Amino acid sequence: MAFYIAAAVAVLATALVIINLNVVHALLCLVTSFLAVAIVFYVLGAPFAAALEVIVYAGAIMVLFVFVLIMLNTGGAAIQQERHWLTRWIWVGPIGFSAILLGEFVYLLWRVPVTAASGALVQPRQVGALLFGPYLLGVELASMLLLAGLVGAYHLGRTDRKGANEHGGKKQ
Amino acid sequence: MSVVLMQHALLLAMVLFALGTIGVLMRRNLIVMLMSIEIMLNAAGLAFIAAGSRWGQADGQVMFILILALAAAEVAVGLALILRLYQRLGTLDADAANQMRG
Amino acid sequence: MLSPLAFIPAFPLLGFAILFVTAGLLPKRCITTIGVGSVGIAAILALIVMVAFLGAPKPYTEVVWTWIAVSGLTPHVGFYLDALSGLMMLVVAFVSFLIHLYSAEFMSTDEGYSRYFAYMNLFVASMLVLVLADNLLFLYLGWEGVGLCSYLLIGFWYRDPANGLAARKAFVVTRVGDTAMAIGLFVLFTNLGTLDIQPLMQHAVAHWPVGSTLPIVAAALLLGGALGKSAQLPLQTWLPDAMAGPTPVSALIHAATMVTAGVYLIARMHVLYGLAPPVQTAVAVIGALTLLLAGFSALNQTDLKRILAYSTISQIGYMFLALGVGAWSAAIFHFMTHAFFKALLFLSAGVVVQRLGEEHDIFKMGGLRGRLPLAFWTFLIGSISLAALPLIDAGFYSKDLILWEAWSDGTLGPWLWAAGLIGALLTAIYIFRAVFVVFFGPLKLEPTGLTGLRIAIPLVVLSILALVAGFVEIPPYLGNVPAFSQFMQSSLPAPPAPVSAGSILELMLSASAAVVAVLGVGIAYIAFRRRPAFLEALVRSPACLALQHFWETGWGLDWLYDRAVVRPFLWVARIDQGDVIDRFYSGLASLSQAAYRQLSESETGRVRRYATGITAGSIVLIAILVFA
Repeated sequence: MAFYIAAAVAVLATALVIINLNVVHALLCLVTSFLAVAIVFYVLGAPFAAALEVIVYAGAIMVLFVFVLIMLNTGGAAIQQERHWLTRWIWVGPIGFSAILLGEFVYLLWRVPVTAASGALVQPRQVGALLFGPYLLGVELASMLLLAGLVGAYHLGRTDRKGANEHGGKKQ
Repeated sequence: MSVVLMQHALLLAMVLFALGTIGVLMRRNLIVMLMSIEIMLNAAGLAFIAAGSRWGQADGQVMFILILALAAAEVAVGLALILRLYQRLGTLDADAANQMRG
Repeated sequence: MLSPLAFIPAFPLLGFAILFVTAGLLPKRCITTIGVGSVGIAAILALIVMVAFLGAPKPYTEVVWTWIAVSGLTPHVGFYLDALSGLMMLVVAFVSFLIHLYSAEFMSTDEGYSRYFAYMNLFVASMLVLVLADNLLFLYLGWEGVGLCSYLLIGFWYRDPANGLAARKAFVVTRVGDTAMAIGLFVLFTNLGTLDIQPLMQHAVAHWPVGSTLPIVAAALLLGGALGKSAQLPLQTWLPDAMAGPTPVSALIHAATMVTAGVYLIARMHVLYGLAPPVQTAVAVIGALTLLLAGFSALNQTDLKRILAYSTISQIGYMFLALGVGAWSAAIFHFMTHAFFKALLFLSAGVVVQRLGEEHDIFKMGGLRGRLPLAFWTFLIGSISLAALPLIDAGFYSKDLILWEAWSDGTLGPWLWAAGLIGALLTAIYIFRAVFVVFFGPLKLEPTGLTGLRIAIPLVVLSILALVAGFVEIPPYLGNVPAFSQFMQSSLPAPPAPVSAGSILELMLSASAAVVAVLGVGIAYIAFRRRPAFLEALVRSPACLALQHFWETGWGLDWLYDRAVVRPFLWVARIDQGDVIDRFYSGLASLSQAAYRQLSESETGRVRRYATGITAGSIVLIAILVFA
């Protein structure tokens, strides 16, 4: 039961995200969506994943978005712009594509015989054991990826005069 | 825990993924596009969790953790790029960055 | 004494090669020596060969080497000497030599001196090859060679585009004839298996019955070639314009030698024409029509050289008339006398034109009798011979022979004779018109300069020949010297109505021809010396003016060809400018270019578009995975 409620909330919130004209509002709706998905995780027997979802996804990544929005300092003009961009007929193509995609997946799903998911709780200990065991290489690669992301973001984020000049120099 | 049909969980994941696709294709604001991509990644993670829950193993969660790490790194770099683009173009319009047109 | 035959065309060819390679670098005396000397040697050799031939009149072939050796076709570089080719060779070589000598002085101030002699030597070599060839392919080589030299020499002063145009016109019109001739050669070869002339004639007689389609087709095609080269109806439009070349060129190529190549071809292939009587009749009819057409046109020209050009067309019409009625030796006889007096006329006209500072209009000339005595007397002698005034000149005997033979030919005979008679009247009128206008009356333009020995000698020699050359064939009622026809008997069949002794009819016909000639002189005298008022008024009336204009432009044939042939052709060329066949290939190219442009439209640079593409692609992939 809880699953279906949480699922409904997630879907609704996500729909609001993509429709919303105000970016900040969309952001907040997205946070709501993630929280709902975290509840779904918990219902499915993955409390560790639920916690991680809340902490990392809704907590860190969304906060990053918020910071960037603050820096970009978009105001009422942005809303007007969004209204201008989001015309009525923009929807047709994307909704069509997604409908086809959804249809294919639904077809796939319904071909497979219905299996009940066991709602067995998976302890964090088991996850940890897997992480340090078979998936060690994956973890190392993920950490390297994070390092690369860190360095890249730092470099891109530099706005000192040197970086600006380089850009200016290259503009010739 | 009540037993949840795997089909339904996967269906939820797919619906979220479809919504994310719509968002990417429809919106012109770069930040909203990035958010839609996050939605899609999240949906993929949900699918993994659902699959792991089906078998009662932790592999699904491990995959989810890896996806999470991936999403974090991608958001960091993506937002930095958006900041740079904003400095360059003065707008958050995705269509404004079309100098590679042929 | 027999081997010099191959050297006769070889010497002028050598002269051409030397002058071509040195390209004007040699001093003038050297060029003159080579240019005139090579043809002189050819003339001497021709004389020697002919003298030897007269002593032992047996036709022979001399093969120098095999030109092509393909199975079934092995033409040689071979020379055939019999009475016909021997006579033509002698006339060509001799007249060419005289004209080369004349050119040495006439063209001495021209900057293209070396080029001129190179082309002239090549021409003489080609013409000699043409008349001496023992097979039709080698003859065709000479045929094309003279055509090329004609083009080169008409457009000799190439800096003036009008000359280039005239040269092109000559080449294109004769090309039409040449194509017909080539097809004729194909027909002959595929059906008779050989192109060697003597065996060809024997095969034709053996395999083709008289009047069947194959000889008619072949003869008609060869006739087409002859018409082009000899400027007869309907391919005669090029000759008047060919007067754009230097006067010695007009004298040599377009009067004495090249234009008679058609006559030689038909005479040489007389067996074939004997097998195709309709074509032979056509030859006669064309000859008659042409001589009348050209006669009327010559009457209305104001350019001295154009008068002589139309006169040439007309006189070759006489030769064709003779060939058509079967009077082969009469045609060749007229060729010989015509070569002499026409070359003489052109050369003396050249003197007049050059001394008057390149003035061509006869009505701007006058009274030159006293100032240019040499030109006057030589032109007069040439005119007398051309008009065939009785007894004293060569033209009379040859034309008389043709007229008698024309009368004697079947049903068309009297008509052909009448045409020839009217033509004779016209000839006398127009040439004496030129004489009276140019040399009599008040002096209008003062001549300058001097005429040297190298011009005088050829003029004098040709004058003598124009007077006495006819005496080799005197009809019985005047003296009976059938030397020429007897000489020709060995290679050409006898005419159907040989000149018999003392026939009243013959005498009357001859007398009427003589009367007509004198009458023509008289008319010209009255019209252009006395100039009575009523005649002047008549001439100026609108009907007469229109008629004059019509005749002056060659009976409107130039206009007709322009409208009927040239313009449609140019129209087709213009609408096919984009070249329909090419369009297919360039269409492929532009198709791929259009596709490229379309595809590059998809590179919008917009991220969402690309995302859409990715989505669509993944949908398709998944669909394949799911449903397949």
